[in-house]
Amino acid sequence: MSVDLQTVKRVARLARIAVSDEEASRMTGELNTILGFVEQLGEVDVSGVEPMTSVTPMEMRKRQDAVTDGNKAADIVANAPATEENFFLVPKVVE
Amino acid sequence: MTDLTRLTIAEARAKLRGKEIKAAEITDAYLAAIDQANPVLNAYVTVTHDKACDMARASDARLGKGEGGALEGIPLGIKDLFATEGIHTQACSHVLDGFKPRYESTVSANLWADGAVMLGKLNMDEFAMGSSNETSYYGPVINPWRRSRIDTSVVPTTHEGDGGFTAPGGIKTERALDNAQLVPGGSSGGSAAAVSAFLCAGATATDTGGSIRQPAAFTGTVGIKPTYGRCSRWGIAAFASSLDQAGPIARDVRDAAILLKSMASVDAKDTTSVDRPVPDYEAAIGRSIKGMKVGIPKEYRVDGMPEEIETLWQKGIAWLKEAGAEIVDISLPHTKYALPAYYIVAPAEASSNLARYDGVRYGLRVPGKDIVDMYEKTRAAGFGNEVKRRIMIGTYVLSAGYYDAYYLQAQKVRTLIKRDFENVFAAGVDVILTPATPSAAFGIADEDMASDPVKMYLNDIFTVTVNMAGLPGISVPAGLDPKGLPLGLQLIGRPFEEETLFQTAHVIEQAAGTFQPQKWW
Repeated sequence: MSVDLQTVKRVARLARIAVSDEEASRMTGELNTILGFVEQLGEVDVSGVEPMTSVTPMEMRKRQDAVTDGNKAADIVANAPATEENFFLVPKVVE
Repeated sequence: MTDLTRLTIAEARAKLRGKEIKAAEITDAYLAAIDQANPVLNAYVTVTHDKACDMARASDARLGKGEGGALEGIPLGIKDLFATEGIHTQACSHVLDGFKPRYESTVSANLWADGAVMLGKLNMDEFAMGSSNETSYYGPVINPWRRSRIDTSVVPTTHEGDGGFTAPGGIKTERALDNAQLVPGGSSGGSAAAVSAFLCAGATATDTGGSIRQPAAFTGTVGIKPTYGRCSRWGIAAFASSLDQAGPIARDVRDAAILLKSMASVDAKDTTSVDRPVPDYEAAIGRSIKGMKVGIPKEYRVDGMPEEIETLWQKGIAWLKEAGAEIVDISLPHTKYALPAYYIVAPAEASSNLARYDGVRYGLRVPGKDIVDMYEKTRAAGFGNEVKRRIMIGTYVLSAGYYDAYYLQAQKVRTLIKRDFENVFAAGVDVILTPATPSAAFGIADEDMASDPVKMYLNDIFTVTVNMAGLPGISVPAGLDPKGLPLGLQLIGRPFEEETLFQTAHVIEQAAGTFQPQKWW
């Protein structure tokens, strides 16, 4: 499978990365090189093979359903580019 | 007085405990070495002078009272991927501009709890995506090793002391070095270069497809990627969560064992951290490998592999045989599919892990006309080309209609890769010996690799299988190529049998010696 310019622009939109026409066309070539490389996986017979979900067989450890942390709103917003009274500020989303 | 930066961790530990030297002295020696070398090598992106001095003073106080921890007073460098409280933590990306976490990663916290001293944050490929340390926002790291102008295969290749090599009889020979700058490998290029150039006693690193073992091989250092789950991933910026593991880079096998003992732990904050005690890895060093079964996989003999790599491999086989190991030929039939499967699984996980960098909670924000425009502009400005490429591949293979053909197929192939290893281990093989990399260090801005991303990816051809199967792997320096550059061998072990790796790697180290670059910087 290979991608065309339109697909690359659509994927960039899904990935929320702004791309110029020039970048999109460069990426088209690069992505096709990579996709061409991974194509060989198609030749492997995987009938009856389970997809890997965990590299070491393990049961997910669950902790007790209890409050163990909190009361650190100031720490959480400390690195944000824009905040007000411990809220993250974003451009208006609801009219 | 001897140069304190030349001491191994084990040697420094003995001198600190014996009160022959002070932690403050060794820290000062490293800070001076960094200040002198870093403008040239670019191994550190931040040097924490004041914190280092404060920590060293506290170490001296504890040592004075006989309360020193396992790494008391040992100065270390930390890869920029690890969260360090109040200190530059950006995964060497512009998108994390100004980020100073309010928390400490579990691995680094373990090191400080054992008394280690932080020298600073080490350069790396952006978000650990790269094999040359050239994708860093902070510019490439320069390998402390340079090619020799003469063919070193015609002169003795013993190697001791500060550089080049010492001819039998102890006569030190200076080499005429070529001026070409080489890469240190990646993604832990800063870690490997700093350890090799005596800019820290040891360093933390991480390995998703070879990012500890390949730079270790390129710089004549020892690097181990432990079994998946051995070190906590908490506080390490995530790249591909099912593959990422932390491990040390050190100057010799014993130092790597000492560091891993401190880094590894059981951590409730990482659900994939494995609940089993951390062994005393150092105790494995010096144990005989008599009767151990060493597997040699035929699939690692790849087309176009340079002759010196094959020669090195044969030397490794001979050393282990001499030490009493039984050498057996083995087959890992799905080896060739590991790298293509990796380039689906790793970008898929990365595309989802890196979705969090949106200009809202931390780091860079580029304003836009609405929130989506802000996201898109922030990510366009914040991520470098290689990171964008991988996010794009990951987004594509996970998108509607392609999931089964790519991601599901790759995860099935991954099961087969793991099964290959399980089969040989079940047949009694204790450890597998392979080359660490398909070549020695290459030049900065290599045109072939710049024009074809897949060429760069091929650097990880021998290391990536280990991540796909979650196994431990160690890279140990084993010789020099005809140009005088270091080459490494890789040992792969059963899950959680890191001790076997240290034990066997030490046998190789005893035979091969240790390797230091000749100082030109």
